[in-house]
Amino acid sequence: MSFLDIIILIVKALVLALAATTLFAYFTLFERILLARFQHRVGPNRAGYIPLPGGRKLLGGFLQPVADAVKLFFKEDVTPALADKWVYLISPAFATIPALIIWATIPLGCWPVGGDGALPVGGCAPVGGSNFLQLAEISVGILYLLAVTSIGVYGIAIAGWSSNNKYSMLGGVRASAQVISYELALGLAVLGVVMQAESFSTAEIVNRQWGWWFIIPQFLGFIIFLLASTAEVVRAPFDLVEAEQELVGGYNTEFGSMKFALFFMSEYIKLVAMNAIAVTLFLGGWHFPGLYTLAQFVSANAGQWAGNAVFGLLSLGAFLLKVTLLSFLSVWIRATVPRVRYDQLMHLGWKVLLPMALFNVALTAVLNVLIPDNRVLSGVIALVVGALVIVGVAAVNGPRKPPASQVTLVKKSAEVVQ
Amino acid sequence: MEFVVFTITALIAVVGAAAMLLSKNAVHSALFMLLNFSAIAVLYLLLRAPFLFAVQLIVYAGAIIVLFLFVVMLLGAERAEDEQDRLGWQRPLALGMAALLLFEVLYVFFARTNTSLTSPSVSAEDFATPVKIGEALFSTYLLPFEITSVILLAALVGVVVLHHRQAAHSEQ
Repeated sequence: MSFLDIIILIVKALVLALAATTLFAYFTLFERILLARFQHRVGPNRAGYIPLPGGRKLLGGFLQPVADAVKLFFKEDVTPALADKWVYLISPAFATIPALIIWATIPLGCWPVGGDGALPVGGCAPVGGSNFLQLAEISVGILYLLAVTSIGVYGIAIAGWSSNNKYSMLGGVRASAQVISYELALGLAVLGVVMQAESFSTAEIVNRQWGWWFIIPQFLGFIIFLLASTAEVVRAPFDLVEAEQELVGGYNTEFGSMKFALFFMSEYIKLVAMNAIAVTLFLGGWHFPGLYTLAQFVSANAGQWAGNAVFGLLSLGAFLLKVTLLSFLSVWIRATVPRVRYDQLMHLGWKVLLPMALFNVALTAVLNVLIPDNRVLSGVIALVVGALVIVGVAAVNGPRKPPASQVTLVKKSAEVVQ
Repeated sequence: MEFVVFTITALIAVVGAAAMLLSKNAVHSALFMLLNFSAIAVLYLLLRAPFLFAVQLIVYAGAIIVLFLFVVMLLGAERAEDEQDRLGWQRPLALGMAALLLFEVLYVFFARTNTSLTSPSVSAEDFATPVKIGEALFSTYLLPFEITSVILLAALVGVVVLHHRQAAHSEQ
């Protein structure tokens, strides 16, 4: 590895980290506007706009994240007198670093550089070259993602403990219990994909999805992954860690100014990163129908470099489009589903998701051994069985009306008062 | 390059372990242990065993120390207890045994420094891939692997039984 390569690597890492933080800023705006729409409000629409003739305003509110950041910067930074100083100071960094380094092994697109420079066929594996849009390709990429996700809980746990505040600490304790519980289901859901792709490498998993996204053979795994990853990043409806009604503010009660901003940031970056991992594992990563034909056309007319560049940028766009769609789903879930109770959380994690994930692993193993050559047939069987399992489990465990004897009607109690 | 990384990582590991033993606060101990485990994970990476690196992080850093922290935080047991240490007699014994172990390590290091680590079978490029480790676990070391799982199962059953007995007591 030459000196120049190291410089390029450092610049790429910096750009990726900056992109992730910018993504966070605009994700908050995206979420606030969408939540407002879901709740029939207007949402942030004042800070910054492009004036149009006739007094109309375009993109109202697109500077809102900047205004938020400035406000957080200038808040007073207080450290509680009885806090454990060092642990209190490092906990925001503990939360933020995993959220940023998780992006390193995700293939964001396919822009082959070096080597023979040919357009990729059947996956992005340039001979002798590398993929410009993936920071690090390591043979155990998936395990790296799981490891970094599981380390992410430390920030929350030690922030809650070091604040020396009962409510913060309850938030920290809840976080560690919750993340450990859902890590199992998450890992087993990922294991299904690993078995399907026969590889731990993220690039290889995306390559294997050429024309056949893993959401079809791993439909059950996809649903489990969505639920477990939402719980793993302690996002609504599993956000008991910061249940305002019970815990004042949760683990971050005692943090202000930029320290709070770092927690806020890590939470959102982790959420988007989880969506990016879901896209990588189940929704074909950067694959998109027609992309290859278009790049081939450009390559034939404007030269190979242009073809590669077009393919790289469009595949990046396809990846970001899919991540945006999943992020929309996250906001939708937050706007729709109320927070679960703690016993419901543990019940879902241990008694519903974990057995389902084990079943998915067994199903994948049996299908891949019985029908190794026909991926369409085995995929359709897995899809049908998975959908049936989800419907069955939802019917058995889903919400139902309590018996009439346990319900106190408002009318009845009003009569009693009279 | 590799030597520099090794030296830094090894120093961090040793400092982390020492600080873990010396710190009075249990939460600080757990965090220093996390530092030590992470440094050891990097050492696995230097030995070209990325699978062990990931597993070390997932199992030890991601699960076991989180459980430690959870229990310590839940019980509020982070401060050292004031009452007399009843296991005080174990301390000199532990020191003696540690010295013995250190002697053994140094002996092995100096007596066999030219052979084990650099032998060709160990330094093969793919000796620690997930496939190789899986094959080893399920063929050569199948019996120890299964026995370990039975021991863990016994521990689980034991916890359930103990808890059950306690619950029955409190009902009476």
